[in-house]
Amino acid sequence: MRLLGRGVRCVRGGREVFCDLDFEACSGEVLAVTGPNGSGKTSLLRMIAGLLTMAGGSIGLEGGETELTLPEQAHYLGHRDALKPALSVMENLSFWRDFLGGEAFDARQSLAAVGLDHAAQLPAAYLSAGQRRRLSLARLLAARRPVWLLDEPTSALDAAGQTMFAALMGDHLSRGGLIIAATHAPLGLATRELRIGGAA
Amino acid sequence: MTALAALIRRDIKIALRVGGGALIGVLFFLTVVVLMPFAVGPDLALLTRLGPAILWLGALLASLLTLDRLFMADHDDGSLDLIVMGRVPLELACAAKALAHWLAAGLPLIIATPVLGLLLNLDAVSTSAVALTLLAGTPALTFTGMIGAALAVTLHRGGLLLAVLVLPLSIPVLIFGVAASQAAISGLSFGAPFSILCALSLVSFVIGPFAAAASLRHGLD
Repeated sequence: MRLLGRGVRCVRGGREVFCDLDFEACSGEVLAVTGPNGSGKTSLLRMIAGLLTMAGGSIGLEGGETELTLPEQAHYLGHRDALKPALSVMENLSFWRDFLGGEAFDARQSLAAVGLDHAAQLPAAYLSAGQRRRLSLARLLAARRPVWLLDEPTSALDAAGQTMFAALMGDHLSRGGLIIAATHAPLGLATRELRIGGAA
Repeated sequence: MTALAALIRRDIKIALRVGGGALIGVLFFLTVVVLMPFAVGPDLALLTRLGPAILWLGALLASLLTLDRLFMADHDDGSLDLIVMGRVPLELACAAKALAHWLAAGLPLIIATPVLGLLLNLDAVSTSAVALTLLAGTPALTFTGMIGAALAVTLHRGGLLLAVLVLPLSIPVLIFGVAASQAAISGLSFGAPFSILCALSLVSFVIGPFAAAASLRHGLD
């Protein structure tokens, strides 16, 4: 499987953020998108996820399931964690597992994998920032998708959390998945780098 | 189907818990209707005549009150991004959200109607006529209001705009809802206005989800 972007151009609020961006990522690879603040890392991820229209160029997935579009085969982990404070940890996770569909996994095991199984019945309102991030990561495990689009995935995670997350990413890659991550911090894995907004 | 059922279950759960909108809508409905006799005065005949209109206006305003949360809450916490990306067609997801909103916020209004009918000096026949028209008409309010809710998300912080966008769309529903109730009370033909009311609901079931989904797709950024 190969994710390919050619000549991608991004315009936000009438200003060109980047243009003629070429990139590719294959199964088992991490593509780390780096660059200064405002260089369009999040915009690029949202374009791949189909949440933002491209001003030009094309993005495609080769060798995925032909019946599904690229966004339908991708997980997007953004700044906002898509958790409902009124629901418990378990309810939040089970909802996303059922809604996202596809090959589903046991929610409790996913929680255990991110170290949140002790808090399963706690309302999400009481979680700390790091715990909320861990719960978002559990979503990536509960419903399987080959492409992970991660925006600053390690923010708010403690050292143990980052190690745990590196192991989860390693698992995903070894199963043939691919990861595109916008990041400032090293991810703890061998990565291919895409630098945008190089002027700064 | 699992995905849509999960979405409906989640939205109802959130609406019924502390801070959800379901109870607020009913309390608002109650307050509006209770205030009316104070404004109109203790003229029982007048209250009876105005009763259906007051109940309909109260239900309209109460359903509007909680409608802005329909997409805004999901937009603010990022859930909407994942719903748009999901394998469920966005139109169906919108319809599921509107259905959940109606079950949690619209149905309680109809259940409260018989109690409020007493306050407006309506007899059993009139009250049940109003409740029946509300049952047929409030889904139309939710499904057309959903278009406004989707536009409000697109236009960022458009919560107040919602009322201005949605109220004109609800005029036909209001006209035929009240007309059908009045017809039942005064013994005129109930069938014609009630059929049109049902037709309005059915049309909104089709147009609402498509318009809301189109608005959400174009407005995301």
